Order: sequence, then C-alpha cells, then structure tokens
Amino acid sequence: MELLIASAVGVLSAAGIYMVLRLRTFPVIIGTSLLSYAVNVFLFASGRLAMNAPPVLRDGAVRYTDPLPQALVLTAIVISFGMTAVVVIMALGSWLSSDDDLVDRPAVSEGDARAPSMPEGDA
Amino acid sequence: MSHWLITPVVLPAMLAAILVLMVREHIVVQRALSMAGALALAAIATGLFWQASDGTITLYQLGNWPAPFGIVLVGDRLSTLMVLLTTLLAPLVLLYAIGSGWDARGRHFHPLFQFQLMGILGAFLTGDAFNLFVFFEVLLIASYGLMIHSGGRERLRAGTQYVLYNLLGSTLFLFALGTIYAQTGTLNMADLAGRVAELDASASGGIRVAAVLLLMVFAIKAAVLPLHFWLPDSYAQAPAPVAALFAIMTKVGAYGIIRFYTLVFPPDLEITQGLFDTWLLPAALLTLAVGMIGVLGAVRVDRLIAFSVIGSMGLLLSAVSVFTPDGIAAALYYAIHSTFATAALFLLVDQIKERRGETGPFLVHGRPIEGGALIAGMFFVAAIAMTGLPPLSGFLGKLLILDAALTSPLVWWVWAVVLSASLVAVVGFSRAGSMIFWKAHQEGPDGPVDCETAPEIEDETSQPGSTKGPISPRPVLPMIAIGGLIALLIALTVFAGPVNRVLSATAAQLFAPEPYIELVLTTPGKKIKDDPHAVEGDHGDAADLAIDDETSDATGEEH
Repeated sequence: MELLIASAVGVLSAAGIYMVLRLRTFPVIIGTSLLSYAVNVFLFASGRLAMNAPPVLRDGAVRYTDPLPQALVLTAIVISFGMTAVVVIMALGSWLSSDDDLVDRPAVSEGDARAPSMPEGDA
Repeated sequence: MSHWLITPVVLPAMLAAILVLMVREHIVVQRALSMAGALALAAIATGLFWQASDGTITLYQLGNWPAPFGIVLVGDRLSTLMVLLTTLLAPLVLLYAIGSGWDARGRHFHPLFQFQLMGILGAFLTGDAFNLFVFFEVLLIASYGLMIHSGGRERLRAGTQYVLYNLLGSTLFLFALGTIYAQTGTLNMADLAGRVAELDASASGGIRVAAVLLLMVFAIKAAVLPLHFWLPDSYAQAPAPVAALFAIMTKVGAYGIIRFYTLVFPPDLEITQGLFDTWLLPAALLTLAVGMIGVLGAVRVDRLIAFSVIGSMGLLLSAVSVFTPDGIAAALYYAIHSTFATAALFLLVDQIKERRGETGPFLVHGRPIEGGALIAGMFFVAAIAMTGLPPLSGFLGKLLILDAALTSPLVWWVWAVVLSASLVAVVGFSRAGSMIFWKAHQEGPDGPVDCETAPEIEDETSQPGSTKGPISPRPVLPMIAIGGLIALLIALTVFAGPVNRVLSATAAQLFAPEPYIELVLTTPGKKIKDDPHAVEGDHGDAADLAIDDETSDATGEEH
C-alpha cells in the first residue's frame, strides 16, 4: 500500500512536471491537473495510511484513520477544480484572441515590435 | 468574544455577493457600495490597529471551537498593521478605478475587488496554515479575474501565464502543508510553533523540506529572484488600478515569510539554521540587482515600474533575511513605503499612457503630455520615493535597512548591492522621466531640448508641478487618488519617528511569540461533552470547507 501510494505520487508529479515544461497551454494545463492529483494523494497520505478503519474516534474504536487530511483533500480538490476551470477559460480566450497557444509570450510582443519604428534617439 | 476581528473578512465577502447578485447592472450603485465598503473597512482596520497598538493580541475562534482544532483569526500588531495598510490603499485605488472609468471597461470589477480584499485581509489575519492557503486561493482567484479585466490579447496572454505560475505555486503550498502535517500533526500556527520546537534536530529531514517548500511558496508571491518571472508581464499588462492593488500582493508573500519564520521556524531554531543567511539573503540581493537592472533596461514605462517592484521586494527581503528585530522593523517600514510608492507609480503610468496618445507606454520621444506639469511633478515625487533618494520615505527606509544590515555577516555585500542598485534605479527612472516628460517633441518650432541628466530633471519637473492643474476635460478623481497616495508617502516621511516606534514594537512582539502562542492555545472555546479530538477536529474542517465552498461558488458565478 505504501509503495503504491508513494509511487503514484512520484509518477504523477514527474509526469505533471514534464507536461508543465511543455510550451503549449493544453499540455501545461494537463500537467497542472496531474500535479494537483499528485498533491491530493500526498495530502491524503499525510495522516498516515490506515486501511479499513473509521475516520473518527468512537467509543470502543481501537484504531482509526486521521480525518483531517481527508477534509483538507476535499478542500484542495474543490479549489484545484475551480482553478483548472478558470485557467482553461483563460487559455481558451488567449488562444482565440491570438494565433497560437504558446505559454511563453513572444520575446518581442506585438506592442513592443512597434517601438523601434518610433522616432528614437534623434535629440 | 467580540466579532470585530472577522469583519474585514465577512464584510467584503457579503458586499461582493450583494454587488454581483443584486446590483450587477447598476454601475453607480456598485461604485457607491464598493466605496462605502472600502471606507468602512478602513475604519474597522483603524479600530483594530488601535486595539492592538498597546500590545494586546485579540483572538477570534470561528464557531467558538478552541484553537488547535478550530480555525482562529489572530489580530496582533503585525496583522492589524498589514490590514490597515491594505485598507488605506484600497479606497484610493477604488477612487482611481471609478474616476478613470476602468471599472466600467469590463464586467464585475467591484465584486472581484471586494473578493480580492477579502482574500488579502483574511491571509493577514488567519492563525491557521491551511486557512492561509484557502485565503491565498481566494485572493488569487479574484486576482485572475481582475488581471484580465477588460480583456485584450496581450492581457489574456499575460494572464494565462500568471494563472499557470500561481497554480504551480498553490500546488507547492499544498505539498508544503502536507509535509508539515505529516511531521507535526497540526496546522495551527501557534500549535506548530510548539511542536516544531520539540522535534528532534537529528531526524528532521521532513520538516526541513517543509520549511524550504514554504519559503519557496512565499518567495513566489514575493517575486524573489529565480521565481520572479511571473511579475513583470502580469503587472505591466494588468489594468492600472489592479496593478496598484497588486502592490499589496507581493507584501502578502513577505508577510508570510515574516510570520512563519518568526513564529513557527524562529531564527534560533536549530533545524532551519542557515536558511536565511545562506539562501534568502543572497537571493534577495540578486532580486534587488536584477530588478534595478530591469528598470534600466525596460523599453516600456509600465514594465519599468514592474521591475522596480521586483527591486523593492529584493530590498525588503534582504532586510527581512537579516532576521533581527531591527531588520524586521526596517522591512516593515519599507513595505509600507513601497506599497504606496508602487501604487502611485502604476496609477501615474496609466495616466501617462492615456495622455500620450500613440506612443503609449514606450520610452521613446512622443508628444508632450497634456496637463504634463502635474503628472510630471507627481511622477518625479513618486520616482524619488521609489528609488530612495532623500528626502522621502524611500530614503529613510533604505537607511533603516542599511543600519539593520550592520549585524549581518554579509554586511558589505548588502551595502554594496543596495547602494549600487539605488544608483542604477536613479539612472533608470531619470531616463524614463526625461524621455517622457522632457524630451517630448514640442509642437512649436523650438524643438526638443538638450541632454538628459539626473539632477536636471529635478529642475524641469518640480517647479511647475505645483502651479498648474490638470486640463479641464480630464477627470479629477484619478488625480485625487494619486495625490492621496503621495500624501500618504509624505505623511510616512514626516511621521517617520512615531511610525518607526510602532514598527519596532511590532518587531519586538514578533520576536517574543510566547503571549501569542499562549493566547491561541489556552483560550477556552465551546464546551464539548467528551472525546474532544475527534469531534472538534471534524467540525473545524467543516468550517474550513464552508468558507471554501462559499468563495468558489461566488467566484464561479463571475466567470
């Protein structure tokens, strides 16, 4: 179980980081989603793994699993879901308003390219 | 238990909901309500600051649950100071947004503005690490909306980059919190302070990782050197009032560093030894250098200001990373100063862009600016403040920082970098100022005037600045807003003595955290029948989730 969780976090993070380092928005968004899955599993495991145990202490319960990380994960899932929705919309808007979906802004952007054509240094 | 401490969070949240649900079609009502809310917040913040100014720490337990289980808000000197700073900035920025019509150039400016305030104020007040994450997300998601307010190709593109960068930052934050929880079993800051101190220094790999991860998260927010790439584009492309409000966002990162590394990982803690003098101080100095070189190299005046923000954050954090009470006090003084100076500069740049016509923000010769004398005068004052020339508060702040650095082993490095970066900044700003205001092409036959040097721009801009008003068709409100910010800068200079005494007391309180910890952990909350751990822990998180659900629902509506 520990091995499974640990390698899941590791593989998801590695894949996420690889995808984030791509140049186009779509793979980058997939990458951030993978990273958020990785962090969710990681958070879940931060309360130690206990199988088949109730999440709260009851009278007579011998073993239990920590309920707090589960609540944290729920919060994190909600937030990352919202954030992903926002970034998808923004990336779409950015893609539709310009011709490409590159994450990097061009070294000389449209506006800046205008600059040298302005009269300069003639004083 | 008085409920005043939570009003800075609740008021903007309720107001934003009202703005978006009830009056979304009425811009005038929106403006009035939003302004009233911002002013009310400023009044409340003044009250809280007053309350904390004699050293008392106030505690608010959400849902009346006692501390390590429930979420608490804590109002000590530092929190209330930052809250006051934010709420002083907000009405002026709002005034500018209303006066210049920025708020009507897209939808939902005012609700997003209120949500942004809620997130920032909540982040300053909370005493719980996970709650801090939630408030970070609130302020971020509102800032995404504000950042792309009124749209546009360049802005959307910069916005996407900004969002992606911050998404990664949030993921890192969660990893840090997970590691902390796994190592200590708590996320309450006061409780953490006790438990981290008890950890065995020889087997502390996990908590060290957590400390460094957390530092990285705050460094992203504060735009420290290797993590600063998001800032220039997003600040330069954001609408001016938004960029001015963002002046406080970098300070949220600095606040996080100050709060966590005085309370949870104090400087004398063995397991985090060397984190500051080995890592943060050099990074901060490099940030300062890169920021000011950026100022010198910028081709657009908005990017120039954005780089000066990076530089000022570098200066601020080099004072923080000395980690003495003097250093923190100096850093806080500089933080207040640079918030106002940055905001004023971003607003001025917007006026410059608007009045310059086709040359816009580019540092090339253009036509003279209408009403240029006033703008130029204000730009001159704000640039003096930002670069830290005497007589304004930037100079005093820098002096305090240099003085505080005397105890650091790297004092010569600090002095050399700070002083030469100031020189570079002065050159950069005077180049921009003379390019925009002075070397503008005259309509008449006399043509552009001679060469540009730093002292001469002074003569050029300062004399007519006070005599001429703005050209009549231009709205007056933006000028009042910028004037207000500059007045605050001047007040900060004039009252430097009292302010500095308050800040020294703030730093002293930070370095003696025992009353804070004791208050948070020993205040009794709601009476619980039996089995406190399970029941309370569960409910504390329910409250947490409720906050989160509320904000994501509301922001979801806006997009």
